[in-house]
Amino acid sequence: MSTLQQEAALQAQQAAPRDEWPLWEVFVRSKAGLDHKHCGSLHATDGKMAIQMARDVYTRRQEGSSVWVVRSDQIVASDPGDKAMYFDPAEDKVYRHPTFYALPKAVDHM
Amino acid sequence: MQSSIEVGRDPAVQYLLRIGDTCLILGQRLGEWSGHAPVLEEDIAMANMALDLVGQARALLTRAGQLGGRGHDEDQLAFLRDERDYFNPTLVELPRGDFAFTVVRNAVVATFLKHLWERLLNSSDSELAGIAGKAVKEARYHQQHAGDWVVRLGDGTAESRRRTEAALQTAWLYVPELFDADAVDATAAASRLGPSWSALHPPWLQDMQAILDEAGLAVPQPSAFRSTGKRGVHSEHMGSILAQMQQLQRAFPGGAW
Repeated sequence: MSTLQQEAALQAQQAAPRDEWPLWEVFVRSKAGLDHKHCGSLHATDGKMAIQMARDVYTRRQEGSSVWVVRSDQIVASDPGDKAMYFDPAEDKVYRHPTFYALPKAVDHM
Repeated sequence: MQSSIEVGRDPAVQYLLRIGDTCLILGQRLGEWSGHAPVLEEDIAMANMALDLVGQARALLTRAGQLGGRGHDEDQLAFLRDERDYFNPTLVELPRGDFAFTVVRNAVVATFLKHLWERLLNSSDSELAGIAGKAVKEARYHQQHAGDWVVRLGDGTAESRRRTEAALQTAWLYVPELFDADAVDATAAASRLGPSWSALHPPWLQDMQAILDEAGLAVPQPSAFRSTGKRGVHSEHMGSILAQMQQLQRAFPGGAW
């Protein structure tokens, strides 16, 4: 193992101690028809427990009618280092916004 | 210091106080986990359950006060009775113990209350039926949450299994009292106020058997011991929990915040 690999392994170990329950991301849908929104995270041993904990931690004030949980380590995220290359090029493409059409009066409130 | 109030011996009031005091005292016990549960998420879950139970107790004590005809409100009934005038079964006043005991007791009581509330949906007292409509949903969740924990701990490590077995042995001593029938039950059943608690034993045992089977735990042997909290004769733990609950209202009568 190279020094770099060893360092990475050590960091991973420190980030998630062996006796720590896995982390879950929680998504709550507030009303039927609306989409689930990310609202936080929690620790639980498995999906069944995570759903109950999510109910207890994140829907105490009538926030929800449905809950999703997903293990945080299952989420694939874009690399913050790619931010400039990924997202900046959209900056000057105003023509991608549908704001150049004159709407008929009848659909003014679209 | 605020002096005690007395409650009548009307069987309907007694019946309501038995349920209300069960919720009140168990709610207080569960509240003791606030800031002490093994993980933050469970800490919140315990507090949620405690608040559900206290909410149920409020509604029941209010109704008991109305039926009692002495003008007592929920606060007076919760905080100004003497120990002998509380009618919860002894099981709920036992100290909170370790986490295994807490979840075993919660499973026992939530299963019991779930079946009781389901029957109370058809109470001849429409107020009580209304309370049951709200409470039965809470009790169903309490049963699921506690039952899952019994399974996890019973079917967990050697240590968690040892503790869960010990908790089950202790809790089981106080179970028969829940289902002992007496005149209060008979009167409530006759007037259709609510079921005789003895009638809840078969469905309760069926649920508990399913939970314990999944946990790999055996149903403990019955014992000849009988606790007597429902008749107002409590364990030595009742005095201290009441002292803690009543201290403020006794020292500052009618105090509100």
